Amino acid sequence: MSRPILEVQGLTMRFGGLTAVSSVSFAAGAGEITALIGPNGAGKTTLFNCVTGFYRPSEGIIRLHKPGVPPTELQRLAGHRIARAGVARTFQNIRLFPGMTALENLLIAQHNTLMASTGWGIGAVLGLSGYAKAERQAVELAKRWLTATDLMDRADDPAGALPYGQQRRLEIARAMCTEPALLCLDEPAAGLNPRESDELARLLLDIRAEGTSILLIEHDMGVVMRISDRVVVLDHGVLIADGRPAEVRGDAKVIAAYLGEDEEEVTA
Amino acid sequence: MRLQLALKDALIGAVVAALLFIPLVALRTDVGSTGALTLRYRWTDAAILIGLVFLGRLALVLWTGRTGLRPSTSAGPWTLRLQRLGKLAAPAFLAFALVLPAIPGIDRYWLDLGILVLTYVMLGWGLNIVVGLAGLLDLGYVAFYAVGAYSYALLAQYFGLSFWVCLPLAGILAAFWGVLLGFPVLRLRGDYLAIVTLAFGEIIRVVLLNWVSLTGGPNGISGIPRPSFFGLPFSMSGGEGTFAGFFGLEPSSVHRVIFLYYLILALALLTNWVTIRLRRQPLGRAWEALREDEIACRALGINVTITKLTAFALGAMFGGFAGAFFATRQAFISPESFTFIESAIILAIVVLGGLGSQIGVAVAALVLIGGTEIFRDLQEWRMLVFGGAMVVIMVLRPRGLVGTRTPSIALGKRRAIDGKLVGEGHG
Repeated sequence: MSRPILEVQGLTMRFGGLTAVSSVSFAAGAGEITALIGPNGAGKTTLFNCVTGFYRPSEGIIRLHKPGVPPTELQRLAGHRIARAGVARTFQNIRLFPGMTALENLLIAQHNTLMASTGWGIGAVLGLSGYAKAERQAVELAKRWLTATDLMDRADDPAGALPYGQQRRLEIARAMCTEPALLCLDEPAAGLNPRESDELARLLLDIRAEGTSILLIEHDMGVVMRISDRVVVLDHGVLIADGRPAEVRGDAKVIAAYLGEDEEEVTA
Repeated sequence: MRLQLALKDALIGAVVAALLFIPLVALRTDVGSTGALTLRYRWTDAAILIGLVFLGRLALVLWTGRTGLRPSTSAGPWTLRLQRLGKLAAPAFLAFALVLPAIPGIDRYWLDLGILVLTYVMLGWGLNIVVGLAGLLDLGYVAFYAVGAYSYALLAQYFGLSFWVCLPLAGILAAFWGVLLGFPVLRLRGDYLAIVTLAFGEIIRVVLLNWVSLTGGPNGISGIPRPSFFGLPFSMSGGEGTFAGFFGLEPSSVHRVIFLYYLILALALLTNWVTIRLRRQPLGRAWEALREDEIACRALGINVTITKLTAFALGAMFGGFAGAFFATRQAFISPESFTFIESAIILAIVVLGGLGSQIGVAVAALVLIGGTEIFRDLQEWRMLVFGGAMVVIMVLRPRGLVGTRTPSIALGKRRAIDGKLVGEGHG
């Protein structure tokens, strides 16, 4: 693996007496697609929520190595600062702003850059600051991602009125508009038909080619095996495998975890 | 078949109406000359009302073939027409408001009514920022109105500051209280937020009522200075240094009313202008995004706390401006003017107008405030008409008069977004 973009060390997350993730350590390589897989309830989404700042981990370190800046320890940042540090995410159950147009959704993603150009919000109201220029640039970036996700003709439609597959793509476009170093996707292929899954895989490869690293939770093994550079497998909150897709596919522990074979059944 | 259905439905309606109207209308207690209560029967009135309900339901079912009215959040035929006129409607309203004092036959009564309506338009627009755009249900908006009014009254009374110095101060102080309230309640959502803001409104009123040494308690503050026309007072003496004397006019008490009218018009338009500008900018979009989905906002790096606070502070600031205006117009304020019913009326204006819609809020304020004033002749029936109209609007258009949302930016043509898709906010 090349230089890492994300380093997770000894990450533990407890909810009361339940340990959802238990001292997991792995690294996601810069410019790579890292897939996080595991059976239902393995702790994937919990780990994901720790990385993206929705949970504060009980123990452990999550370090983001964004090129050109000193490493950031994500577990210390407030929720809204994670995105500013360079981590963007999508949600398992799509969370767009349904009453706002696709274009508006993408502009909200650029809130922080745009806000900086408004002069504390007052300058732009009075028409003093260079806000118009900043907004033009923001619209250009939004158009670029609308084109990349093939949504250009739906730009002025409310996000809530788009079909499911397009909503998934719009959510990815919105995350990309924050210009992240690491894009975290929570089951992006869920509910997509095979053709849409193929398009998604191509989109993710394009995003990788542009230099954004991807961390991905996915159940669609076809997609995972095809596009991942590295696969991390969790089961019952514990890391059981970490390697190239081909290596992981043949791993006995992984097969056992997916077939639901555990010690009790073996000894029983 | 349809007749049978209609008769059955109308009969049920009439029974419900009878249950309501017999105790409420037919039986009436009056205080007799000796001070004793006497019971008066008004069977005819009740019978007319029950008959109206029966015939109304009958006509409705016979005409539409349905027992219920169909609610709609999307643009109905008349809203579409209104939207086509919309480009003209707003300037037309504005032009009418601007020339109103010059129209012959408009006397002091109509100007006072205009001032009252515009005050509520401004309050509606101010609350629209908090409830309509940011989706934070605020039931204590009148608190900021009170803070603004008392700020001006007290600053004028104790420090002799003029209205024009106090106006921004009143806004700033109200905004400050908005932030102060905002901090503890930011964690709360929905019903909980509503209850705490309601309590806050009451706390402000109770403090004003009981802090007698500062605010005069229930006696209020009287003799609040009237505004001057950039230093020229409105005086009946018509001397050199007065408004009438300076412009060589016949001194008249209407001058001040006209000036107050234009002052509140300007303040309301300022509120509207700032809101419209902000809606097209990151801050306004972040408010609307917050109303749609707070968690997604956080994932996109929006500071939810700051964004909510700005909405609270800005809404409070415009409430404070309106309060200072109220104080200078009345020249007397007391805690009685800032009861919960005021908050409820302002919220009703925003909800009836359509959350987030500027023109809708203005029309709702006109209908609600102007309407109750015009129907004063109906006396005791006024509130019945008022309540009935409100029920009809909410049944037919649950998202308010303008239930659609206009996008803040578009590559092509801006198309209104159906209210069904737009979030209402969860606090």
